[in-house]
Amino acid sequence: MDCNNCGDQHAEVTLTEIENDEMKTLHLCSTCAALKGVTVEGPSSTPIADLLAHLGGVSGCASSSDAEECEYCGTESSKFRQTGRLGCPQCYAQFPEQLRAVLRQVHGAAQHIGKIYLSSDLSATKPELELASLKRRLERAVELEDFELAANLRDKMNLIQGTP
Amino acid sequence: MNDLLRVHPEIRHQGLDWLKEPSPDDDIVVSTRVRLARNIQGFPFAFNATQAERASILDQTREVIGGLEMMGRVDLWEMSGLDSRERELLLERHLVSRELTMTPEGEVPNSSALALGNLRALGVMINEEDHFRLHTIRGGRQLLGAWNDLDQLDEELGVRLPYAFHHEFGFLTSCPTNVGTGLRASVLIHLPGLVLTKQIHRVLDGMGQLGLTYRGLYGEGSRIVGNLFQVSNQTTLGKTEEDLIDHLEILVKRVIGYEKQARSVLLREAPNILEDKVWRAYGILSHAHSLPFEEMMNLLSGVRLGISLKLIKSPSVGVISEMMIRAQTAHLQSEAGRRLDEIDADVFRARYVRDVLRTIDESLEEKGPETGPTGSIAEAT
Repeated sequence: MDCNNCGDQHAEVTLTEIENDEMKTLHLCSTCAALKGVTVEGPSSTPIADLLAHLGGVSGCASSSDAEECEYCGTESSKFRQTGRLGCPQCYAQFPEQLRAVLRQVHGAAQHIGKIYLSSDLSATKPELELASLKRRLERAVELEDFELAANLRDKMNLIQGTP
Repeated sequence: MNDLLRVHPEIRHQGLDWLKEPSPDDDIVVSTRVRLARNIQGFPFAFNATQAERASILDQTREVIGGLEMMGRVDLWEMSGLDSRERELLLERHLVSRELTMTPEGEVPNSSALALGNLRALGVMINEEDHFRLHTIRGGRQLLGAWNDLDQLDEELGVRLPYAFHHEFGFLTSCPTNVGTGLRASVLIHLPGLVLTKQIHRVLDGMGQLGLTYRGLYGEGSRIVGNLFQVSNQTTLGKTEEDLIDHLEILVKRVIGYEKQARSVLLREAPNILEDKVWRAYGILSHAHSLPFEEMMNLLSGVRLGISLKLIKSPSVGVISEMMIRAQTAHLQSEAGRRLDEIDADVFRARYVRDVLRTIDESLEEKGPETGPTGSIAEAT
């Protein structure tokens, strides 16, 4: 049986969805199944390049807002789809739509909510960067109730700020 | 550059400190490894960078890495400055990845290096898939401690070199599977009880459904040997680092509980068979004159189980972990001082294992019979 979604490949997965109280059964190839968040052997079993190669055809995700190629490193959007690898950090800002679609499939999310990096402002002077980092470490030490470390960090901050 | 940086020292016992100390749940969990993927702003990712760019990344890192408090004194090895045996040695200690030591074309990559601190078992791979892979290995179950130390190292390095970070996507990585936190935490866990009671697949399937993945001893695609499973988080984006660590910790504790249950069932239902299996493994390891690596790992698994269940009083599980590392081919070659073919390596391995076990037996005999190896089920139950 051919895949109900792309029609190109052999269907390997049967997906049953309930939408508005109605049951719908879809027969999908492994790639289209992965794009719908269904995996047979776990998400990592679907190569990211396969996911990417399918994006244009499946959901029109090769969005017009994405660049054709990265203006910093020259990596082409098609090459990224082929290999699943980005050429430089700037590529993320160049192909945001495709990335959001891929990240949602791979991680189940597209928004980072972990550690925030504050030192990326290169115009800031070094002591400021160091203070920002010390402040983050201090907050964490207090949270973890490691007061010895917190006192050390506080001393270092005072040293940089020139206060006793 | 400064006094706290040694470039290309001889590789001796670096990176093996985690074997020395008894650690939490080390009767079931062999080791904990946590890594962070990071890249510097303004450079292409390592695979896409020119030789000059890769060299510049390494130079900038060399300038600052000796001054990181978290690492203490740093040893730095450039991969191209090591011979193949030395690179294999670092691989067998899980201090470097295959990708750091070899390009897909089989060549040694330019300006790829490992920096290893003498404090807190912290290391940095430079010009791997990402510019930096910060990592640490601990004995037993030590996820939180490993993460806290790595987090502080990350802060120190990030102050000195500008990381590539995006408000929406987080820390930017060469492969989107690592983006966001860049965090991969893994625990090497010994599950002979679940394998013997044939429950292992249920447990592994359950872990998969909860967003965790498992691999063999040597990472992705490697076979399961010695009943050792490497369990790690699958996703890196959309959760905080603490949530990723906590989630893995909770699941690992649950798996430890299942393994303990399986072991007590075995002790209750088939004590004689279990005791025989353990001592038979000990006997073969003590007397074999040729030991292929996989066979040794499976036998060590039996002995490790025996130690955990107090069927065997000595050696400690730490000694077993050390044998797992030192009986690998590059380590044997390093001891022998020459290249060993497969047949020679099996012979050297058997001799090494016999020597370790004999030394332990002899030291126990000197101490007197009460502390000697014993095989009493009654003591364990």
